[in-house]
Amino acid sequence: MLEVSNAVVRYGAIEALHGVSFEVSAGEIVTLLGANGAGKTTTLRMLSGLHAPVAGTITFDGRDVTRTKAHQFTSLGISHVPEGRRIFPQMSVEENLEMGAFRRRGSISEDIDRMYETFPILKERRKQLGGNLSGGEQQMLAIARALMSHPRLLLLDEPSMGLAPMIVEAIFRIIGEIRDAGTTVFLVEQNAAQALRLADRGYVMENGRIVFTDTADKLLVDPRVRAVYLGEAV
Amino acid sequence: MPRWLKHKALGRFFSLALAMAVVELVTGPPGSNETPTAGFSGSFGEKVSFFGLFPVPRIVQFLAFTVIIYFLISLWRSYGDRLRDGVRSLTERPRAVANKGSVRWGVAAALVVIGALLPRFVTDPFWQTAMVEQIAVYVLLALGLNVVVGFAGLLDLGFVAFYAVGAYATAWVTGALPLPPLFGVHLNPFFAIPIAIFLAMLAGVLLGTPTLRLRGDYLAIVTLGFGEIIFLFVDNLNGITGGSAGSGQVPHFSVDVGPLKYVWGLAPVPYYYLTLAFVILFVVAFSLLEHSRVGRSWTAIREDEVAAESLGINPLKYKVMAFSIGAASAGFAGVVTAAQTNFVNPSVFTIYFSINILVLVIFGGMGSIAGAVVGAVVIQTVSMYLIHTPPAGYQPQDLYIYLGALLIIMMIFRPSGLVPSKRRQREIGLAESGQGHMDEVLTGDVP
Repeated sequence: MLEVSNAVVRYGAIEALHGVSFEVSAGEIVTLLGANGAGKTTTLRMLSGLHAPVAGTITFDGRDVTRTKAHQFTSLGISHVPEGRRIFPQMSVEENLEMGAFRRRGSISEDIDRMYETFPILKERRKQLGGNLSGGEQQMLAIARALMSHPRLLLLDEPSMGLAPMIVEAIFRIIGEIRDAGTTVFLVEQNAAQALRLADRGYVMENGRIVFTDTADKLLVDPRVRAVYLGEAV
Repeated sequence: MPRWLKHKALGRFFSLALAMAVVELVTGPPGSNETPTAGFSGSFGEKVSFFGLFPVPRIVQFLAFTVIIYFLISLWRSYGDRLRDGVRSLTERPRAVANKGSVRWGVAAALVVIGALLPRFVTDPFWQTAMVEQIAVYVLLALGLNVVVGFAGLLDLGFVAFYAVGAYATAWVTGALPLPPLFGVHLNPFFAIPIAIFLAMLAGVLLGTPTLRLRGDYLAIVTLGFGEIIFLFVDNLNGITGGSAGSGQVPHFSVDVGPLKYVWGLAPVPYYYLTLAFVILFVVAFSLLEHSRVGRSWTAIREDEVAAESLGINPLKYKVMAFSIGAASAGFAGVVTAAQTNFVNPSVFTIYFSINILVLVIFGGMGSIAGAVVGAVVIQTVSMYLIHTPPAGYQPQDLYIYLGALLIIMMIFRPSGLVPSKRRQREIGLAESGQGHMDEVLTGDVP
């Protein structure tokens, strides 16, 4: 479904990604792990068109999307939940959801109802302003908003950031449900244990390179992963 | 810093006294070349009447003012909250009523009727002229800039450019410029309206496409530059625009269709009605726009551009649209000004003009159409009043001192403007308390 090969991303003179390659197949949950500054967020920014690579290619469903602009991705079927949630603070929950369907024509009320089924808390808060929600509610709203465009691929940037363990649990359960409903998920996470328990496969990133990859089950027991990301002595 | 200044109350008093001394200096008598220090010493030493009681040097009067203001501020600090709560609970019912949709439409209709009847009550020729040239035209400009600054959150310091395009387009198609009009036909200014609006909107697209990739401070500086470029163009292209002399041959509006013959002469009232009609048109159009898909994408871009982009909104496209749509009313304002005064001249189209319009929008309440109208009417009426019946010692160039002071007071006590837009009021409130995304226009913060 999504293929990235030898992508190089620069911030001015600094090369942040030195030729990154990976792929995501339809129906999978793939996670990208790595420490702070490894290049995870840069990878996602590249995938969502916010920062174009200077070399390498990105293809989505066999189509070259390397130079596609950020705002064109939703029409292709890729939806990005940005880091830090970035919901519209002065719009109500419902207005936020409506913005998620910006590129779609036709009635959206059914989709909104469906989101309220998946995230009942959002229904309770529908008239409240996005900025007044708790962190967990905001994260749910950000995911629901991204789903409003009917994506085939959902890009998630650190959905567990700054949230209580119970909330993280709930959000990861919902991410699993999203995949079961037919949306492929690419998940960038620092919370490696949680991410690997949910994902099918994983890539591990260090200093702008992908250093190894395997199925999630194997990564979960891999001593290198356990040492660095799961905080266990080797 | 000396220790006694660190004492909060004393420090406050001292800062206030210093500010008052500056006010005293700028409002004092002017000096001359022969006695350059006379203005300075006069500002402080000139004898004035102490509240009509006995003559004292100005400095004494100002110190008295300082003490009074300090006293008022102290009172406000101790009892302000209680006072505000009291006022709020008193006005709760009326405000709830005023927020009802039907009541709002009623108020709007009443304002239109008052606007239509106004020339019957305002018969002073000074005020009749001012109503068109200085108030109605400025309402149009404020409405347009409000789309750019208020709706889309783009700080445009070169808005005068679109006004200039409208005025010069009118002069061009009516054959008043050295540049011959299209096909050599001298058109009636009525036909200039669509052409000028179109050209202003086109200018919006042309100026917007390269500049709107920038944000915040950078955008403000580039628009400032573009405003100056337009000014320098019209000032220097003698063969096209008539250079610094401009043109004094723009014809009035006229209708000559079968039995219907009417010429808008020098009298301002017919122009007032024409402009009022267009103000209503723009108010309705911009209100519809605010709640449309386009308006919502402006809100989204203003609140979080990255999030908007990730949802499929093309920020550049909608920002250019805001520029272009805002330019439309400025273009029309240019037509009215050119046709009513018969005159176009580059000296009007300066940076001060752009700032003046921005002040109207900020004063009225960014993002609020009612605010733009009220801000323009209030500020322009005040400045016209100061010209019509100047207080003792007032000189025209003092206007900006007073407007500046008014704006500062406004920013402290009511930063969201006289008639704030609800959403914008909350956004500014959030930014002030350091939460959420800072408002670019107020803080110059670039996310």
